[in-house]
Amino acid sequence: MIDEKLIRKEFPMLSNPPLMQGHPLVWLDNASTTLKPQCVLDAVSSYYISRTSNSHRGDYDLCYSMDVETELTRKAVSKLINCSPNEVVFTSGTTDSLNRLAQSLQYSLKKGDEIIISLSEHASNVLPWFQIAKHTGAVIKYVELQKDGLITLENLRKTLSKRTKIVSLAQVGNVLGQIQPIKELVAETHKFGAIFIVDGAQSVPHMPVDVKDLDCDFLCFSGHKICGPTGIGVLYGKYKLLEDLELNSVGGGMNDKFYLDGTIKPSKAPAKFEAGTQNLEGILGLRAAIEFIMKIGLENIAEHEHKLKKYAVERIKELGNSVIYNADVKSGIVTFNINDVFAQDAATYLNSKGIACRSGQHCAKLLNDFIGTPATIRASFYFYTTKEDIDKLVDAVSHGKEFLDAYF
Amino acid sequence: MPTFELTPSMMREIIMDHYQNPRHKEKPSQDGYKTLHASSTNCIDDFDLFVKEENGVIKDALWDGVACTISTASTDILCDLVINEDSSKALYIIDQYLKMIGEQPYDESVLDEALVFVNTSKQAARIHCATMGWTTLKEIIEQDEDHHGGH
Repeated sequence: MIDEKLIRKEFPMLSNPPLMQGHPLVWLDNASTTLKPQCVLDAVSSYYISRTSNSHRGDYDLCYSMDVETELTRKAVSKLINCSPNEVVFTSGTTDSLNRLAQSLQYSLKKGDEIIISLSEHASNVLPWFQIAKHTGAVIKYVELQKDGLITLENLRKTLSKRTKIVSLAQVGNVLGQIQPIKELVAETHKFGAIFIVDGAQSVPHMPVDVKDLDCDFLCFSGHKICGPTGIGVLYGKYKLLEDLELNSVGGGMNDKFYLDGTIKPSKAPAKFEAGTQNLEGILGLRAAIEFIMKIGLENIAEHEHKLKKYAVERIKELGNSVIYNADVKSGIVTFNINDVFAQDAATYLNSKGIACRSGQHCAKLLNDFIGTPATIRASFYFYTTKEDIDKLVDAVSHGKEFLDAYF
Repeated sequence: MPTFELTPSMMREIIMDHYQNPRHKEKPSQDGYKTLHASSTNCIDDFDLFVKEENGVIKDALWDGVACTISTASTDILCDLVINEDSSKALYIIDQYLKMIGEQPYDESVLDEALVFVNTSKQAARIHCATMGWTTLKEIIEQDEDHHGGH
């Protein structure tokens, strides 16, 4: 059980909410980013107040302690997703993780090799593959989705072939919130000798994720969606694969030696993927966030969000003026439209009531034809979301027809 | 400027009327239109604007695509306002409108129904929606003037 009222005291944006259009903020855009507890803010500012130094760069205590801190964060990540600390590469976020992976993996692709994604992927799990397909002659294939956005083993089997080299799928969809059966999909993919990449941006912050259990080859997620700072994220890879993976960004801190003839002797993974000064305040903040989240418990978070989701769906259904696109999905995302009100107009109206929701295509621009609407409103919850937040949303939705009030 | 005072309820009606029954939302059926695409990263708005000019006069203005209420209504009203105007007058109207949206002093005598968007800045995220048709038309006209060495 989560005592969200008590938890909210830890978040400055919730305990002393800023006003939006004259109303205290109601934050229902957690799939986009999350609010930060005081302990994360303290960890970030501690870097500038008393810990400023570079890592890997000096012989003095401050610098040494920054190296220690960095490894402690790797350890925290490893506990969160059940891997070894040396399988954790720091990046700037999920988008960066996926781009870097694609950059490295392109060297192993030949013309006609296949990369499998789906129509519900976020742009960051589509466009990096488009780019490398363009350069290598590899082919993008789309695994068929069921009506609820789920991928069945059978559909993946139909799409896999001897030419499949990469399967890259989100564990939780960022529009419909559908939770894919990743473990089974991974096992099937491995039968074809292809690697499986999990976009964990919407799963790692919201449910227990165990990379050993899933047996996925790589997993990416963002710090800012798990109450951490922006600009820090993670690329997990099985150590053997990280060792073999081509470099994608080079410079200081990632090499043991380099020579006049152009040879680079890279450091061991994960350091070989961390060129240049890292986002050190981000690394400190990420650890504080992960420790905070783990104390609450990922099982508890998933349960809380699902309970709120069910409540929101029931209440919106009662209004009878909306269509919900993912009523039965067991995550904390409700995607809907108010009848006869364009999603963006509805979101502007919600803004006028102090409610932050996302509208549009949510960066998953391939999905809208599939669900049959150009745009949707997405309300997404987290462990600090309350029933009262949802009541405010429902109240505003009930007046959705009056959306032009936002301007008058 | 309409000869009557615009009340909020009239303003709403005008916006909804142009949203539900846009007058100029179609693709041109003949040749001779210049076109530019308008789209937004923070709204779904995604449409083409088509303009037919003859001897420096805008003979027709059309648009087609997907857009929110504010974008639909503002672009449709724009078409109303510039048809049969010469391009320098059209540019003047556009500039007055952009000033109004930007909360600067403006000449309201040329804006007619476009005055209904006077409050757009209350919803900052929609300012782009209210202006994208207008800035796109400006771009088409100015491209054309550059092409002819200005006049």
